Amino acid sequence: MRNPLSKVVTEIKPSGIRKFFDIVSEMPHAISLGVGEPDFDTPWHIREEGIYSLEKGKTFYTSNSGLMELREEICKWYSRKYNVNYDHKHEALLTVGGSEGIDVALRAMLDPGDEVIIPQPCYVSYLPCVQLTGGVPVTIELKNENQFRLTPEELLDAITEKTKVLILAYPSNPTGAIMSKEDLEPIAEICKEKDIFVISDEIYSELTYSAQGHNSIASLPGMHERTIVINGFSKAYAMTGWRLGYALAPQLIAEQMTKIHQFAIMCAPTTSQYAAISAIKEGDKDIERMRESYDQRRHFLLRTFEEIGLPCFEPLGAFYVFPCIKEFGLSSDEFATQLLKKKELAVVPGTAFGDCGEGFLRISYAYSIDQLKEAMSRMSAFIDELRG
Amino acid sequence: MKNDILRLLESDSKLTPKDIAAMIGADEAAVAADIAAMEDEKIICGYHTMIDWDKVSEEKVTALIEVKVTPQRGQGFDKIAERIYNYEEVTSVYLMAGTYDLAVFLSGKSLKEVSKFVYDKLATMETVISTQTNFVLRKYKDHGIIFNVKTQDERLAIVP
Repeated sequence: MRNPLSKVVTEIKPSGIRKFFDIVSEMPHAISLGVGEPDFDTPWHIREEGIYSLEKGKTFYTSNSGLMELREEICKWYSRKYNVNYDHKHEALLTVGGSEGIDVALRAMLDPGDEVIIPQPCYVSYLPCVQLTGGVPVTIELKNENQFRLTPEELLDAITEKTKVLILAYPSNPTGAIMSKEDLEPIAEICKEKDIFVISDEIYSELTYSAQGHNSIASLPGMHERTIVINGFSKAYAMTGWRLGYALAPQLIAEQMTKIHQFAIMCAPTTSQYAAISAIKEGDKDIERMRESYDQRRHFLLRTFEEIGLPCFEPLGAFYVFPCIKEFGLSSDEFATQLLKKKELAVVPGTAFGDCGEGFLRISYAYSIDQLKEAMSRMSAFIDELRG
Repeated sequence: MKNDILRLLESDSKLTPKDIAAMIGADEAAVAADIAAMEDEKIICGYHTMIDWDKVSEEKVTALIEVKVTPQRGQGFDKIAERIYNYEEVTSVYLMAGTYDLAVFLSGKSLKEVSKFVYDKLATMETVISTQTNFVLRKYKDHGIIFNVKTQDERLAIVP
């Protein structure tokens, strides 16, 4: 029999967290701080709306791009909150989670050999999605001393004649970093000058903990026409299992993305779309309630790290902290493995998000304070042992 | 900062000043001082534990009694409310706008005990015009806490 598999696919590295997942699954008393999704249930008014749509028999496909009312509400919401203006009729597409949006955006824009700049550490899907299109990922190693923000110098160094797309993902999973308007402006200037498109993954936009909050690069002058905004309902409204995201893109790109989406997916789940209308119209108070709670947990973890003496820059977004463990002379993988085996505490090694995550851990604070307390006492005991 | 402390304590009175200080990014001593001050001012009136008594064998009956009263000149409803809430078996008393005046929550060992309180003590007060006793069959949710829900974390242990 000949090899049934694609060479491109088999050459893609499997996700680095798989190994940990397998070990944790067999440890019933392990505490995990490795989850990248909210611990809240979806707010009831949103679930009710989903249930109601099922009762009314709204169980058919929607249009490929998604319900017009939902697209309209999304565009109004983005305009109101972030001064980002896309036309709901031609520039908005409902996707199966933000992940599909990223995949479809890359496929719509890349030809084999096109280079995509991916600042790391970053979410695990960007690199393989680029590889699947035949594009060439070019990674940038973001620096702890820059608080994991992308600097204009780093970007300029990575650009070649073949660079077509920059993936910008702030607030960041795994680092919790955000970029202010002032940080984004020089990046936008470079993109315009070098004629580069931006995929701006803003899935954590609602979870920021500074006065300025989230800023979208698409709001800067001249960036609308070269930015694809990716967002969704998973993190903001605790709706991960509903699998609903969206992409906002200039019409030229949105049309081609919709074409791929139409052939691959048909449309995003109908029930989720009806529920999401309630989320986006009436969910601001839910976002605020959850955001406040995350912020308390964030403060709690940072205070505890300070007491333990674990260095960590202050993350102002998402629900992760990214402490540095270089002092212990263990690799991220070794540290995480030992922590899991000795103290039954699971965290994700920074290397799962790119080689430059070496020396760091991603710790999620989407957990109750009681869980975090227990986890931190285990972490503290482990570190005491390491330090002797 | 005081409102932050109150909101946290209202949802979990077990939180220590150290926890609260960490959670709101404040100084522990300052939080402890604020709590003490609010206890003195009776802003914080007590600390409770939510218990689902249905899960324990002890018999317990809760009743809501709708009470209509004649307010008294110069004292309004306060005097009559006081005469009612001072009874130990009365757990809560609210002045209401609506079809009756006072909502009185009672807790007793048996229906008989609760009924006896109503006709012996409540109904005989001269300003009480009428009472209507409603018994609680099951408590689903109290103080924002849903009873009898599974609290197991159903998320996968590791998610990128």
